[in-house]
This record gives sequence, C-alpha cells and structure tokens, in this order.
Amino acid sequence: MAKRIDVKDLNLFYGKFHAVDGVSLAVPPRNVTAFIGPSGCGKSTVLRSLNRMHEVIPGARAEGKVLLDGEDIYASTVDPVSVRRTIGMVFQRPNPFPTMSIKDNVVAGLRLAGERDKKKLEEVAERALRGANLWAEVKDRLNRPGGGLSGGQQQRLCIARAIAVRPDVLLMDEPCSALDPISTLAIEDLIQELKKDFTIVIVTHNMQQAARVSDQTAFFNLAGVGQPGRLVELDDTEKIFSNPTQKATEDYISGRFG
Amino acid sequence: MSESDTVGRPGGPGLAGAPRGGAAPDTAPEAPISSTPQGSGGNATEDTKVITRPGDKIFKALTVGSGGFVVLMIALIGIFLLIQAIPSLVDDNANFLFSRDWNADPGVFAFGVLDLLLVTVFSSAFALLIAMPVSLGIALFLTQYAPRRLSKPFAYLVDLLAAVPSIIYGLWGAYVLAPALSPISAWLNDTLGFLPIFAQGSSNLEIGQTIFTAGIVLAVMLLPIITAITREVFDRTPPMQIEGALALGATKWEVVRTTVLPFGRAGYISASMLGLGRALGETIAVMIILSATDKHFSWTLFDGGDTIASKIARAAQEFNDPRGAGAYIAAGLVLFVLTFVVNAFARSIIAGHKEYE
Amino acid sequence: MTAATDLDRPASMPAFQEISPGRRFKNQLATVLVGLAFLAALAPLVWLLVTVLVKGLKYVFSLDWWQKSLAGLTPRQFGGGVYHAIIGTLIEGLVCAVIAVPIAIMVAVYLVEYGKGSRLARAVTFTVDILSGVPSIVAALFVYALWVTTFGLPRSAFAVALALVLLMIPVVVRTTEELLKIVPDELREAAYALGVPKWKTIVKIVIPTALSGIVTGISLAIARVMGETAPVLVLVGYNPFINNDPFEGNMASLPLLMTNERLTTTAAGEARVWGAAVTLILIITVFNLLGSLISRLTSLKTK
Repeated sequence: MAKRIDVKDLNLFYGKFHAVDGVSLAVPPRNVTAFIGPSGCGKSTVLRSLNRMHEVIPGARAEGKVLLDGEDIYASTVDPVSVRRTIGMVFQRPNPFPTMSIKDNVVAGLRLAGERDKKKLEEVAERALRGANLWAEVKDRLNRPGGGLSGGQQQRLCIARAIAVRPDVLLMDEPCSALDPISTLAIEDLIQELKKDFTIVIVTHNMQQAARVSDQTAFFNLAGVGQPGRLVELDDTEKIFSNPTQKATEDYISGRFG
Repeated sequence: MSESDTVGRPGGPGLAGAPRGGAAPDTAPEAPISSTPQGSGGNATEDTKVITRPGDKIFKALTVGSGGFVVLMIALIGIFLLIQAIPSLVDDNANFLFSRDWNADPGVFAFGVLDLLLVTVFSSAFALLIAMPVSLGIALFLTQYAPRRLSKPFAYLVDLLAAVPSIIYGLWGAYVLAPALSPISAWLNDTLGFLPIFAQGSSNLEIGQTIFTAGIVLAVMLLPIITAITREVFDRTPPMQIEGALALGATKWEVVRTTVLPFGRAGYISASMLGLGRALGETIAVMIILSATDKHFSWTLFDGGDTIASKIARAAQEFNDPRGAGAYIAAGLVLFVLTFVVNAFARSIIAGHKEYE
Repeated sequence: MTAATDLDRPASMPAFQEISPGRRFKNQLATVLVGLAFLAALAPLVWLLVTVLVKGLKYVFSLDWWQKSLAGLTPRQFGGGVYHAIIGTLIEGLVCAVIAVPIAIMVAVYLVEYGKGSRLARAVTFTVDILSGVPSIVAALFVYALWVTTFGLPRSAFAVALALVLLMIPVVVRTTEELLKIVPDELREAAYALGVPKWKTIVKIVIPTALSGIVTGISLAIARVMGETAPVLVLVGYNPFINNDPFEGNMASLPLLMTNERLTTTAAGEARVWGAAVTLILIITVFNLLGSLISRLTSLKTK
C-alpha cells in the first residue's frame, strides 16, 4: 500500500506571495523523510501541498507536479478529496473531533465516507488504535469523548484516525511540537512501526528528532529575506547530519543559525 | 493493493476512490460529492479547473441561494410596499408628505404622513435623549465598575429588559407608569410650561397618555439594546491602554475618560443609532400608551397623537379594501425608509473600526 | 502655615502623593452616577415584573386557565382560560421557526464557510443588519401586501408566521455566524485531510460542534417572536375559541388576546389581560430556560 512520491519543480503561492520555489524531491515507499529548516522556510507548506491541503487556505495555489506512483495529484482530472483519502495527515496540535467519542473519532473518515457496517467499523477502530499504540490505554473507554485524553494520547488518536482510512502516505506536520518529552518518545516509536506499512513524511523543527526517526532528511531554507523558500539539500539522514554537501546545511545543523 | 481500487475514477488511478482494501465500501455513497475547500478557486494555475463534486456544488448552491434570498427579501419588502402604496397615493386627496391630517375613510381619502412622522421622530428622540446617558452609565458600570464576579449576572439582568414583550411594556406604561408620572408631568407643566416642549398638550396629564410617558417607556426598552453593544465595545479596550493610564496615577474615572470612552465612542454612537431605529418602529407599546387625538402635534411632550407604527396598528384590524390598506402601507413605506437609513447609518459608523472585531 | 494644620500633618512627607480633592470628587461622582444608571435599569424591570405578577398571577393557578378557552363567555363573566391563545402563540412561533431556522443556518454557513470577503457576502451581511432593524409592523405590512392583497389569501396564523420569519432570520443568522466562526479551523482541516468533502465537513463536523449554542440561540429567538404583537394585529383576527389550523380562520395568541381584552373594560377583562401577561412571561421564561438547559445538556464534554 505504501507508495512513492516524486515532486517535480513545485512552486507554491499564497496569493501573490511566492512561498516556495522550484522544489523537486523523491520520497521512496516505506521510508521516513524528515523536512527540517528554520521557521518560515516553507517546509510545512511543501508538506501540505503533498495532499492538496495547501489550497484549503484562501488564495493559496500550487504549480508543478506531485506524482504519487507516477500519477500527478494536481492533474485537472483529479479530485482533491480522493487525494486526501490516499494521503493522510497529522497536524501540529492534536485535533480530535470534540463532538465524537474516541471510537467515533477513529472511524470518522470511514463513517463520513458512508460505511455503515457496525462490525467492520469496530474492527477498523481496534486495528487503527492498536496501530497507533493506543488500544491498551483506551479500550475500556471507547465511548468517552476524545477530548478527555491527554495531549499525547489525543495525538495518537489523531494518528489512529488518519491510518484508519488506510492511506498510502502519512504526512506529519510537527506532530510532537505540542507534546511533552514522554509523549514525544511514544510518537517517535510509533513512527518506526508505521513505516513498515506507510510512506511517511514528517516536518520537524527538532533536529534530534529528525536524526532519530528519519531515513532521509530534506533541508529547506530561505533564499534570502522576502525570498521564497527552497530545498537546499536532500540526502540520507546520516549523511546530512554528519557530512552535508552544502555549507548552509552544515551551519544549520551545527546550530549556527535558525 | 492500490491497483484494486483504481476502478472507475477518470484519470486518477491510484488516487481514485477513497477506500483502501475493503476497509470502506468501494463505491462510497458520497463518491459523487465534491469538495473544494474554500479559496480553491485560485489553486493550481488559472487555466486548470478543480474538480468539484456534485454534492458540494448542490450544498454550496443552497447556501448561496439562502444568502441571495435574504438580500432579495429586503428588496422585495421595499418593492411590494411601494407597489401597494402607489395606487392609494395617486388617489390621495391630500399631499401625502406635507399634509398633517390623516383620513383614510373611502369617502374622504385625504391622508398625510407629516404629523405621524413628527410624533414618531419627536418621541424617539426624547427616548434616545434619556436612554443614551443611562445606557452609557450602565455599560461603564458593567465593564469597569461592577465587581468582576457580578458583572455577568448584572449584565444578564439588564438583558432581561430586552426579553420583555413590548405589549407588556405598553400595559405597564399605560396603566402603572402613566398615573405615577402624572405629578412629575404636572410639575414640569406648571414650572416650565413656558417652554414649548412642556406646554399643555392634547392629552390629559392626570391620565398621562402622553408622548412623555411613551418616551420614557421607549427609553427603558432601548436600555438593553444600547447597553449590549456599548458594553461589548468597552470590553475590547486594549488592556495596555488602561494599564498605561493607571501607571500614570490616573483615578478610575480618569482611566475611563482617557481610554475606554475614546476607544468605545464610535461603538456607543452606533449602538444609540440602532436604538433609535428600534424606537422609531416600536408599535404596540406606543399604541397602548398614547391617546388618539384629532389635534395636530404641537411640539409638546404632553401631546397624545400617533406615531406611524401605532397609527397602522390601530387601523390594522379594519384593513379590508386594498385602497384603504394602501394608505397605511404608504405610511409603512415611510417608516421602512426611515429605519433603513438610520440602521445603515448606524452600521456605517462602525464599519471602518477593525479594532472592534 | 498655621499651627492647627501643622498638627494635622504627619511629621514626615507622605510616601504617596495625595490625589487633589477635585480629582477625587470627580472620581467619586462618576462612580455614584454609573451605579445609579444601573439601578435606573433595574428599577423598571423589577417594577414591571412585580406589577404583572401582582395583577395577574392569581388567575393562572386554576387548571381551567391552562385547559379552556374563552368561548361563550360574556365580557363580565370570570372563568375560562387562555388555552386557545397559548396554542396559537406556540403554533405561530414553531411554524415560523420551521421556516426560518434552515434558511438562517444556511445563510450563516454561506457567510462563514463560503462567502468570506466576496461581494455577495458583504451584501448579505448588510442585509441581515438591515433586516434586524426592520420594525415588526413593517414586516407585517409586507406580508399583508404579499399574502392578502397580492395573492388574495385570507388572513391566517400562517401569514403571521411568515412575518415572524423575517424577524427571526437575522437573529438566528447572527448567533449561528458567531458560533461557526469560533469552530477551530483545525477541525475542518482534520476532516479535509481524511478525505471528507467540504459539505460533509460542514454538516457532520462544523455544525455539530456549534450545535448546542445554535439551539440555545434558536430557542431565544422563538421566545422573542412569540411576544411580537404587531404581526398578529395586522395578519390574523382574534377569536375566543380554539383553532389549531394555521391556514384557516382566526387564531388567538397571547399578545392578540391582550390587545383585544384590553378593550373589555370590566374586571373580568382586566383579569384576562393580566393573566395572559403572566402566561406570556412564563412561556418566554420557559423557552429561555429550555435554551440554557439544552445547551448545558449538549455542551461538549471532555469526561
């Protein structure tokens, strides 16, 4: 089910503002790719363009190609809704649906797609919660509101919700930035397991995290003040953190700026 | 696995349908539904169109239609009143705008709106004159002076004034307040009677069915309206400004005068205009309180008479022919235009104030 | 400096500067005035409620009051009840809500979810503002011009409901709009990211999140329109017996009963007026309480 992503000369705009310039990169399947870079460099914007969430923001648009196993998700015949079903997303802050119970949150994607079979929904809920390492903690209170969980649990609930629709790719936008260190560790462990089934792209501002969880790392930077962000370098994580080709990358990694 | 769900989606195998691996029905019921998140109009380049599902198109059309319907409604109100008023205005044997007599009997059919208009504006202005300072005081009390813990329940009490139906205000005004006010009216008339507005009018002071009484009742009805908006605006005074003034050693009143009042002034004026609009159109309370009279309005608070709204309400149950009703509809049109202008003005005052949002 | 004042003074300079008497006086005067302003609002509220209760409460304790109409009673006869008017008030209010609420919610959805910044949205916002300031008598005249004069249909409770719709729409649009605005965008994004179409996101995620507030707002709006008198005066005739058909014949309502019986200058007539006033206040209170009760029951729980 995991698929590869190829980004070809992607330009992203907010209205007239050119946010990201000419990004091309490849994400192999069953692999964790981390996006790092100083804030405002466009790493989140690129991530959101990978499942067409970018255009949800009024005035935002994308130019270029994003290929999912060779299929351009920006082709005019492609429905953005189906793109998002294929490429799931986890956000910075956990955002469970406040009107729904834990179980309903997990199966929300399926139920809203019209699945009515109770038994199947139960199965999916359990599988997704197990997949998100949350089952043991919540199995006795599946019908309680999702808002009652701790921050870390809520974020794992959101991951369960995202994987319940069985996407090919999972995008994570700084999924641990609102969490405490212990919850962060739980999510990082989870990412290692999820990578067996999914292609994962994660944006993080935490370089140690990128080093811990990812197989390859992309470093984004601003071309200059008021200039669009761009991809500086993409390579194996080990190489990026030990021996980057670009000076900017090295400066950033070693904490000289950013 | 991906191959299996690529069925039936034009051009987008792989992205095709929603569901994977039997976890969801293959033809999801809302396959024909669309989604174009807002602003997606501008996504991709100009020449590529985004696919929108029929369900989304229908839903959006419904919401746009509802919005359009509301806009149409206001236009229709004006147009219908105008259409129904014109034939009667053509038949009118008096000058509609400048005649001070209203007689819509089929035989005479000479009606002018001027006197009604004068009473409407006069009573509303009087009400506003009372309500404005009091509302300002209440809003200041609730936002700046009342103990934090009590300001919410206190505000709720003031809001209760808005929940009382106007017919009950009318009954209270006519049967309880009016007699209670009569000593005050008599005193004002005795001591200040040389001023035109306190001169003897067409209504009996003992019974008190006067513009004076009606205006006070209207003022009470305006309090919650003006207070509610003013309070909200005062609450948004930037704390930085208040703390700045406090740090200079200003007293509470000086803080209020130098920060809260200037910040909230436009909101307060706008709220007062909205209140004025409400007073101009108030019907049943005024109808119950004011005594009908044949005499012309003489610029005194102790007149009886009728406002446009109360005149229409008094005649309403006898509407039977379109011609007679048309006369009152013409008066209603004047009221509509008047309130429209006042309300539009009220909104325009705060339209430019981003800090209130 | 005289000795006397010298004695009054502390030996050393005060730690804090004194506020001049003028400033202190102004400050205290302002405090007193705003307090008085608040009392000036409370006084009529209390006076009015006490008046209505004193004059009318004693009549509503009989069961007949809630179960019978005034059919067949002479102006001097005590007894009977206002069941016919209660039913009329409820029918008019609920028929109005059934028409106004869906339209108003769709308008609010348009303003928050689709229209942002567009020209139509600005026009709609402006219109809703204006509509909320249209006097009820004008709304009534409009429906009269449309329903009775143009279509030639008879006056009826349904015509009243139509006029009330015009008064209710702006209230519900405003409340709903405010509530939809505070639904976090993150929830919309979460739904989109699951591949949920926009309309389903709105219907299944956004509106349910705001629902408890919306229901409260609707309940308050119904309470408000049920107290309106001008539309019933223009658009339907009074009758003293029970009529459950909003399309046919005259129908009483509490405000209409009050305006009619007000002209019955007997002790019995007075009893009916003030009894109906108490009843109307009770019904409005019930709808207000219902609103806050529903919101408490359906508010989002975290436990």
